[in-house]
This record gives sequence, C-alpha cells and structure tokens, in this order.
Amino acid sequence: MTDAKPVLHLEDIVKTFPGVRALDGVSFAVMPGEVHALMGENGAGKSTLMKVLGGIHQPDGGDIFVGDDKVTMAGPLEAKAKGIVFIHQELSLAEELSVAENIYLGELPRKSLGRVDWAKLADQTNAILKKLNVGFDARTRVGDLSIANQQMVEIARALTVDAKAVIFDEPTASLTDAEKVVLFDVIADLQADGVGIIYISHRMEEIFKITDRISILRDGQYQGTVVTADTDEESVTQMMIGRKLDLSRNASHHEIGDIALQVRGLSCGKLYQDVNFEVRRGEVVGFYGLVGAGRTEIAETLFGLRDPSAGQILLDGEEVRIHSPADAIARGISLVPEDRKGQGLVLGMNCRDNMTLPQVEDLKTGPFVAEGAEIAIFDQYRDRLDIRTPGWKQKVGNLSGGNQQKIVIGKWLSMHPSVLIVDEPTRGIDVGSKSEIHKLLRELAAQGYAVMVISSEMPEVLHVSDRIVAMYSGKVMRTFTSEEVTEDSLIQAISGLGDNQAA
Amino acid sequence: MQPGTLSKALKSGAIWGFIVLELIFFSVAGEYFSLSDKAFMDFENMLLLLKQSAPIGIIAMGMTIIMVNGNIDLSVGATFAIAAIVLLDSMTWPIFAGLGDWVIPVAWLLALLVGTLLGALNGLIVWKTGVDAFIVTLGSMLGFRGIVFMFNGENPTSHLNWTLVDFAEAEFLGLATASWFLLIVTLVIWFLMTKTVHGRNAYAIGDNREAAVNAGIRVGPHMMINFAIIGFLAALSAVVFYSESGSVNPNDGQLYELWVITAVVLGGTKITGGAGSVIGTFGGVIAIQLLRKGLGHIGADTSTVNLVIGLILIAVLFLDRQLNIKGKEELKV
Amino acid sequence: MATMTKQQIGSILAKQGILIAFAVFMIAFTLANAKFLSVDNLFSVVRSSAILGVMALGVTFVVISGNLDLSVGSMMSFSTIVVLDLHDKIGPMLAIPAMFGMTLCLGAFIGFLVGYLRLNSLIVTLGMLSAIHGLTLTYSGGQNMDIADKEGTWFSIFGQGSALGIPVPILIFIAVAAILGLLLAKTPFGRKVYAVGGNGTAATFSGIRRARTVFTCYLISAGCVATAGLIQASRSLGSQNTVGQGLELEVLAAVILGGASLLGGSGTIFKTVIGVLILGFIQNGLLLVGLQFYVQFVVTWVIIILAVWLDIAAKRGKLWSTIA
Repeated sequence: MTDAKPVLHLEDIVKTFPGVRALDGVSFAVMPGEVHALMGENGAGKSTLMKVLGGIHQPDGGDIFVGDDKVTMAGPLEAKAKGIVFIHQELSLAEELSVAENIYLGELPRKSLGRVDWAKLADQTNAILKKLNVGFDARTRVGDLSIANQQMVEIARALTVDAKAVIFDEPTASLTDAEKVVLFDVIADLQADGVGIIYISHRMEEIFKITDRISILRDGQYQGTVVTADTDEESVTQMMIGRKLDLSRNASHHEIGDIALQVRGLSCGKLYQDVNFEVRRGEVVGFYGLVGAGRTEIAETLFGLRDPSAGQILLDGEEVRIHSPADAIARGISLVPEDRKGQGLVLGMNCRDNMTLPQVEDLKTGPFVAEGAEIAIFDQYRDRLDIRTPGWKQKVGNLSGGNQQKIVIGKWLSMHPSVLIVDEPTRGIDVGSKSEIHKLLRELAAQGYAVMVISSEMPEVLHVSDRIVAMYSGKVMRTFTSEEVTEDSLIQAISGLGDNQAA
Repeated sequence: MQPGTLSKALKSGAIWGFIVLELIFFSVAGEYFSLSDKAFMDFENMLLLLKQSAPIGIIAMGMTIIMVNGNIDLSVGATFAIAAIVLLDSMTWPIFAGLGDWVIPVAWLLALLVGTLLGALNGLIVWKTGVDAFIVTLGSMLGFRGIVFMFNGENPTSHLNWTLVDFAEAEFLGLATASWFLLIVTLVIWFLMTKTVHGRNAYAIGDNREAAVNAGIRVGPHMMINFAIIGFLAALSAVVFYSESGSVNPNDGQLYELWVITAVVLGGTKITGGAGSVIGTFGGVIAIQLLRKGLGHIGADTSTVNLVIGLILIAVLFLDRQLNIKGKEELKV
Repeated sequence: MATMTKQQIGSILAKQGILIAFAVFMIAFTLANAKFLSVDNLFSVVRSSAILGVMALGVTFVVISGNLDLSVGSMMSFSTIVVLDLHDKIGPMLAIPAMFGMTLCLGAFIGFLVGYLRLNSLIVTLGMLSAIHGLTLTYSGGQNMDIADKEGTWFSIFGQGSALGIPVPILIFIAVAAILGLLLAKTPFGRKVYAVGGNGTAATFSGIRRARTVFTCYLISAGCVATAGLIQASRSLGSQNTVGQGLELEVLAAVILGGASLLGGSGTIFKTVIGVLILGFIQNGLLLVGLQFYVQFVVTWVIIILAVWLDIAAKRGKLWSTIA
C-alpha cells in the first residue's frame, strides 16, 4: 500500500464563511483499497469538507487531487463523473419512483426518441442489487421499502459508476445489526476492488472494526491521521475534543422530593410497550438508548402529542389524561423537543416572540400582548442562560445552534414547569454551550424541578443523571442509579443484552 | 403484501369506480327525472360526451405533467383565449390574403406557436426568477387576459371559414375530430410521462426536488419544457374548439383552470407533485363531463353542476387523506 | 468595483422596490394628468378600492397562517345576492345580520376543512369557489337581484353615503384595517397566526391550537367578505350573480404585492393596504391617461412578478436563480 498513489488527496483546504473559518488547512489522502475514517464532533467541519469535495462549496484555498490530476469540482455530478461518490446520511430518494429509477436518477439509459431503455435499466440494476444481496428488485417502488432498504438503494447508487472513492456519511444510523453486516461486506468488496473509502461515523466500535486509518478534525482544523491498529478509543476521543472524554458520573445529589411524574404500564402500539418509571422532584432521570428505542415517543406521549394505547400517567399522584400540548402545558409539563429547527422554533420570528410563545395568551394588558412583560421575561432568561444575541428583535434563524437551543430552553423554563423533559438537549451545538447546558440541568434539579433527559450521548447521560433508564426497542431494560452504572452495563442494556447478562 | 397496497389499489381504481357509479346513477335516475325519452347510456350520447370533453381534456393532459412536476398553471384559460383570437384573427390578416384555404394551417401553426411561447415564458420566469409557479401563473393569468382584450376590446372576434368548420365537424371512424385530438394527445402525453427520460425526470423533480438537483437533473429546463407543453396544449385545445365555433369572446376560457385542475386532482394526481397518471386524468376528465351531462339529463341546471363538482373535489381530498392516515400511533401535529 | 455598485443597487431595489415603483407611477401619472393627485380623485380611488381592500384584509390573515383562500370572490357574490334578496323580504335591519351569519357559516365550513381536517387549502377553496357559485345561482334562480324601492331605503348608506365629508366605504375600510391591524400586530391571537404560518409544527409543540387558529382566520376572512358584499350591495342596490367573479385573484395579487409570503408567517395589514392602493392607483392612473382598463391587467402581471422576484432576491442575495 505504501507504493500506491492515493486515489483522493486533499491538500491544505481552506474554507471561510462570513465570520467563521470553517476549514483551516485540512489535508489528508485516501489510498486505494483503504477504509479511511473521518472523525470529529458535530460542527468540526466534516460536512463542510464533504461539501467542498462534492463541489457544493468552492474552497477558498488548497487543492483537490483525484489520482494525479488536480481538479475543481463544479457540482455533485462532476464529482461523480470523476469517480467520487457520496452516500448521504439523509436519504435523497424519490419515493414514488422505482428502485431502478432512483439508482440511475439523472442518468437513465436512453433509446431513440428520448425513451428510457427499461430492459437495460432493469438488467444493470438487478446486477447491482444482486451484489448487495437485498430482497427486492429493480421494479419495487422505493416508498414501499423499509428505511434500511432505502439506505441500500442509496448505497447501490455508488456502484453505478467506476468509483475511485466512496464517501459514506453515517451509513449505519438506521440499520439493524444484520443489515450492518451486509453493508460491511459491500465495503469489503469495494475495498478489494481497490476503491478508497471515506467513512464518517460517530460509532467507535464500527470505526475500530472496519477502518484502516483515522483522520480527525476539530473546529475546522486538521488534527492528524492515525493508523487504527495503533491507537485506541481514548486517544482518538482526546484528539477530537482536545481533552479526555469526561465519563465522570454525576456525584452531587440534591434533596429528592416527592414523585412528580409516574408512568405505569404505558404503551403506544408498536412504538413502546409497558413502560414504568417515576421522576421525583429534584431528580434528573436520564433516558439512554439507540435511535428508535422509543424514548422520544414516550416524551411525545407525556406532552399530549400521541395517544397511549394502554397505561397510566400520574402527575403528583393523580391520574391524568393529556390530549394535547396545551393540556400538558396547563398541567405543568414542558418539552424541549428533539428537532430544534423543526419543532422548537419559528425561525422567522424574533427571539422574544419565540420565547414567550407558549404563554402569550396569559401576558395581556387589556386585549393586547403586554410587550413590556415579554421583554422582561426575555431579558431575564437571556441573562440567566447567557444567550448571545444583538437584541430581542433578532430573528432566531440568524442565531448559532447553541443560542437557538438556549432560546428553546428559556422558553420552557419561563413556564416554570413542574416536569421538564429535554430531548437531545445538546445535539449539534458546540462543546462550550454543552457543558453550560449540563450545568443548568443540574441546577434546575437543585431548585426542585423534576427533569427527564433523553440523550444518545453516553457522557451526557452519565454526567447529568441521578438515575438512568436504559431502553431497547420499545422496552425499558433496566434502571440504574448513578452509583451502580458502568459503561459496559449501560451498553449491554441498550443493546438488548442486559437481561441475559444479569440472569 | 406491503401495507398501503390496498389503499393504493383503491386510489388508482377509484376514478373508474366513480365513473361506473355515475353511469348507473344517471341511468337509473334518468328513468324517473329525465325530460327526454332517450337513455343516458346511449352510444351516440357517449360519443358526444367524448367530443365535449376535448377542450378541457387536452389541457388537463398538460396540467398533469405540470402538477406531477410539482408546479401549477393558473394561466391556461387565458392562454386558451389568446390562441383562439390569434387563430381567428390571423386568417383575416392582409399578408395571408393570397393563400386561400392554405391560410388554415398557417393560422393553426401561428396559434400553436403563440401558445407554446406563452407557456415557455411562464416556465422561463419560474426557472430564472425562482418565484413560485402559483404566483407567476396567477400574474400571467391576469396579464394574458389583458392581452386578449387588447386585440378587440370587449368585442368578440369572429371569423368563420367553412373549410375549417367542415374539418372540425368531420368524423373519422365514427369519432369527431375533437375526440381524435383528445385521444392522440392522451396517448402522446402518456408515452412522454411513462416511457421517456424527460417524463421520468419530471416525476423525480416533483417527488424530491433536492434529490433530483443532486443527481444532476436540470430542474429549470425541465420545468420550462413542461410549461411550453401545457401552453401548446392550451392552444391546441383552442384550435380544436374554435375551428368549429368561429367566434371568441374575450372572456372565453375563464375558470378553465378550475375545471382542469379539478379533473387532474380527481384523476389522482398528488397536489404536491411526484405522483399521478395521464390515464387517471383521462378518467377525471370523463367523470366531470359525465357529471355535467348527467345532471343536465336529470333536469338539474348549471348551478347544481358547480355545487356538486366543488363538493366532490373536496370529498376526494377528504377520502384521500383518510386512506393515508397511519393509525392511532401517529404524532398529532 | 462595478459589481459592488451593481450589488448595492440591486439590494436597494430589492428592499424598497415596491415603494420605488409606487413613487415612479405616482409621479408619472401626476405629470401625465394633473387631475391624478386631486383630492376628489384620491377619494375616488380609495373608494373604488374599498371592496377589494376589505376582502384583502381578511385574506391577509389566511395567507399569514400559511393557507390560501380562492373562494372569496364567489363568496362575495353570495353575500351580495343574499343581502339584496333579504332586504325586501325581511328588511335591512334583519337582512344584514342574517347575511353575515350565512357568510360566516361558509367561512366556518372552509375553516373546518382546512383547520381541523387538514385538507389542502388551495384545492378546498378552489372547490368552494365552484360550490358557492352554484349555491348563489341556486339561491337566486339565476336571476339578477334588485331592491324594489331604490330611493326609499337607508340601506344605500354603506356604499353611497358619506360622513364628515368622507365616503362611508372609505371609513369602513379604514375601520376594518385598524381593527384587524391591531388584532394581528398586538394581540396574542395575531402572534399565534404568525407562529402557525411560520412553523405549524413548532406552534403545536408550543401548545398553540393550530386547527382553531386556522379556523378563526377563515372566519375573519368570511367576515371581511360579508362586509365587502354589504358595501357592494349598498352601492349598486342590485346585482348579478357573478359580481365577485375573479376578485379572488385580484385580492391575492394585492396581498402578495404587499409582500406577504404564500408560505405563510410573513406580511402585515399595513403592507396589504399599500398593495391594495398600488393596484387602485395603477388602475385609476392608466384610465386617466386614456388607456383601457385591461392594460392594468398586464401592468399588474409585471408588477407582481417583479415584486416577488425582488423580495426573493433580497433574501437570497442575488437576482438570478440557481436552479440548474
């Protein structure tokens, strides 16, 4: 491998956006037949780098080489023509069209009169699908496939051209273990054909299982490339976040009060079944599990956005039925939702209006909104949460992710809830804001709030929780106290192994 | 079987079921209410129905592509009127005076050319300015109508050419000229939508525009071509219709967009784009014409037709939604 | 450097384009015909815009909430016909509230379909355009409706009267604009309308009852339509069944011209008033300089597209679209 020339080589790539240096001198090379991991925290510049590579952004400095040739990419299509293929994390498929049409989207084979050559299309597609060993054929409508199979369609696109390098962006996020095995086989096949692979993922166990080398970005800066066999998770993490991963558990406990929220035998169809837990005042309960384990759906049920099919919800010992978010709010439940931009904020509205939205009906002088009171609320939470904005008139869409998240948190704190549910509170925001939010959650518990934290990040859950509920595939596997929890037992519980191991 | 297969089968068959229902209803009701003794399902009557469907039907085929593509065109009625005026007016222009009856193909070509260009203009604006097709065609609906009035003020434009009328009233294999045009257009557009790269790309764009852009499909030119096609078809519809009638009022074609969109939506085309079929639209066109004729047959007046069609459109939307509900687990947002 | 200046010009044009266009038109028309800027003429423009204007105020709510209303034209025909018919049957005192009640029922029906059943507003109101037209024809039997005693009724006050030297339609327009302007800009309800139109999901997640908000917007729109129908009926004291036909598009044009986005979440009552006045002045100005009424259609077409284009360009930072 040492003699071979890299299939893809980036040299000193610089990309700036107004006010931000998104990429600052990034260089790395992918060898033929190599699986090269690209790692970094959210916002480290991975996606910007991929956009530069795909020609969606033009770099302000630096060069891209494919083989020996220096290239400039004008767009995704040109990148593909040069043999650089992207497998996107977000599915970009046309659901009403067939598998074949999706795989050859934009490149349907033609006959005379501009007709589609269906026979050729089906043959080519079925050849690719056979390689992938999937259970559907070229004519299947994509909308009828499961998410995992749709992902396979996305991957099949990479195999339509004579690829030199294939970039996988979080390909396993929605795959089951069995499907992952198929994916890794595909990657191995590509590898054997001398294709270079860039593999972007947060999942350490995958990285260490299939990659040859790891390149790391932090805050747009290239941190170096290491050989996977010569390193371990801890040192990679250290390169990613610039310090050791803080896996410390929450040590401080506050005075635990009465049970604020109790859930008994709660089920919602196939989403989750027979869930039992309680949250006391002054306590932070973390919910940990893989995507799709049913945690968000429980939160949505508690907030009146889903109707449970069975079970009881008790607030302060009294059974309640919650039919709508308005009901939930009236009963003192607040939800900081998972999708900040889609569910949390009206991006075109200013900061103040967003923050006071749930209580605007109560802030009245006569028939009108009491703007003075609104501004007072905004000022209070801006200071308390250290929200950086030029003023309340600023449109929320113009703020950074961290400040946006603080607006959402401020919005729900200002409701003075008795139960606060936060879903992925630090997704996509920088390290500094993250620890501020963690500290805030602990403080809130100290003030007597009952807090539920849903998170997919283990350090976060360990850090803030008094107790941790581990979920797997719609079921609560086990509840840990912060004293007894260990990383291994937690991972086992959320992988569905917890019970067997314990038994 | 995949879940949703049943609802899909129901949806694709729904329009034909509806037509059968209409036929039965009007035949039975006709026995009691009809003013004439003729049966509703008379063969002659059905042929006439096909002919009368042509003006709306031809445009509806174009609207199917436009809506599958994820756009909408509100200006078709005005384009229809402009093409009609060009058709009739140009036959009287002095420069064509020496052509005799050869003026007919020239006038036809001219009308079709004007329609195509107006459509392409809409498409070009949508493409190059990025303004939503709804607004662009809302504007050009007013603008084109203004141009119609510029020809002859509020007076009708008339020119009767008997050769032309003979052609328009001719029958071939038992079908009127207009019916042939409708069938041919349906066939051609069906071919375009299901067999050609352009048609499949139109589906892809309407379904997931970002994916189409990422796959290198040139969205703008595709949209412009589709707008040119609907412009051409609106003009063709005018050519077919006014060859026979020979007189056009400046308000002709008003509310055509409503009828056309109703037919397309009845035929199962998704309002947001990406799904729909020409065959379904054909069913939608027939269903509407059947309703108009049927209500007339049992003695209801035009007011009832308007009322019933409006409510049916809403009912279809409602049923479609009910069939797509995922069940009780769904998030209530 | 040349590109810099070009960009600056572009951005000024984009932000103030509609006002600049307005000013240019006003100056040109004033130069062309001295009568244009006279008080009498200004009054006559506003008065003739009042019917369209009142309807546009209601539709502004619907558009900001992220929906469309194409049924206002045929709904206005309905209100006009109903109030004229009832005038002779039960007297104006009862006819007016009865007409308002019936129109509000239609609005409630649309609001139910779009708000609670979540059906696509474009298609629903398109269907209602046709259905209400049919309803009106059925009601009137296809006949024109006339008040028998045109001289002896006080009913004409809404369309023909004046108070303090100002025509009543103008006063109604101003009053409705003021009330709805305050409702939209200053009350909790107005805030909810913006939130629902800006991001309906986020509004639901904030405890706002989205369906109820949309429903109320359609009720407001219907109320405005009834008011417009009242002015129309009172002005003419007789009417055809198709008096409002095509108005829905002019109304929408005025709202869009005022800068409300069809995606919802933006627009104001004040801007809609400007949009209405621009349409009114163009129409009037073109007539004064001796052009036919239909020229305004073409001018409106160009202005609408320019206005929306510039608005988009201002947000995007460039004029030319990047759609490949």
